[in-house]
Amino acid sequence: MTRPIRVLVAKPGLDGHDRGAKVIARALRDAGMEVIYTGLRQTPEQIVQSAIQEDVDVVALSILSGAHNHLLPKVVELLKNEKVYEEMLVIGGGVIPDEDIPGLKESGLAGIFTPGTPTQATIDFIKENLKREL
Amino acid sequence: MNLAEGLMNKDKRAAARLITLIESNDTEAINTLSRLYKHTGGAHVIGITGPPGAGKSTLTDKLAKELRQIGKTVGIIAVDPTSPFTGGSILGDRVRMADLYTDAGVFIRSMGTRGHLGGLSKATLGAVKILDIYGFDYIFIETVGVGQSEVDIVKAADTVIMIMVPGLGDDIQAIKAGIMEIGDLFAINKSDREGADRTKVEIEMMLDYNHSDWRPPVLQIVATENKGVKELLEKIQFHREYLQSSNRLIERRRKNSEIEIIDLVQDSLMKRVLQKDNRTEIEKMAKEVALRKLDPYTVSEDLINKIINY
Repeated sequence: MTRPIRVLVAKPGLDGHDRGAKVIARALRDAGMEVIYTGLRQTPEQIVQSAIQEDVDVVALSILSGAHNHLLPKVVELLKNEKVYEEMLVIGGGVIPDEDIPGLKESGLAGIFTPGTPTQATIDFIKENLKREL
Repeated sequence: MNLAEGLMNKDKRAAARLITLIESNDTEAINTLSRLYKHTGGAHVIGITGPPGAGKSTLTDKLAKELRQIGKTVGIIAVDPTSPFTGGSILGDRVRMADLYTDAGVFIRSMGTRGHLGGLSKATLGAVKILDIYGFDYIFIETVGVGQSEVDIVKAADTVIMIMVPGLGDDIQAIKAGIMEIGDLFAINKSDREGADRTKVEIEMMLDYNHSDWRPPVLQIVATENKGVKELLEKIQFHREYLQSSNRLIERRRKNSEIEIIDLVQDSLMKRVLQKDNRTEIEKMAKEVALRKLDPYTVSEDLINKIINY
């Protein structure tokens, strides 16, 4: 029996805008995924504990505050410390300048989706890059 | 990672993974639960139910915080509906519990109903057992927002809290036959709003018809402001003491176990009925029934006999 893909949609940092996160949450739901939404202003520690307890396949981070170079790698680092990174696909989205993307990928984010990306592209990316079997 | 061992050693990753496997009906995970079943029964399992928007998540968050202050550990299972059309869901109960995410004495798991009716998912009972084996003192099960007939929670919990809000008016009348019968405690949330007193009177009047020796207390609370939460917790503990006196807890769990066994037998039988050979057989017979050469009653009876004798 196959199960739905479980995705944690989280908003690290201090910006209070979750429209993007909600749009992607909705799109993933409509693609048949189970989306766990954590709410605004999450610390990397909170996100990682949620990811562990929810046993998700994907951690999707939406960030608009400009602190992505600090917060996104921090989430990856904590996931690694907890030994769950090998099983979880970590992706990011939001207002992220092109020049920051290579560095973020190097730090362990599998994909970065900037404004204008069709939601279908994110859905396909998730389905093709899951790290563990359903 | 050995999941059974991890669970016994309070490894949250093991608990989380086991819940995923139980949700997928994994045979090995079921065997693990079966082996560790003797370690369940220690937790006080509390069901939180009520209509959508009544404040179930907020109240769960506040009750969990009260319990943490007195050093108790808390597991939370929050169920939200799965779309019957896409199979997807947005599980958002966590949002109200953000302060608890990093608390080592708390575990929160969101579950989609995945097509199951009744207010819970099919795997909710299994998830409760996993958290019980882990060793949480209290386990909260938050149901989906309920209407009239989602009463599964009563099979899963020792204590059921029914959350109401003022202003439902005649709706109380409409739902009294179903979910109103399963509350061990009633909490009228958002009681700073107009109509809270009337709601209390209406619920009390309804409870007057109730002839059990437990009279459900009706409390007025404002969960967001933490008003009445401590009192509610006292009543929860009072209910637990009531259950423990003269074997009522065992009797309640006996009843629930009976239902659980019947449900498991039903599931297992259905799985066998619908396995491939039988499906082909059913398709063949359906044609005969359509042509009125056979009748559906005989066909189904024959099929059942075949499975039982198998």
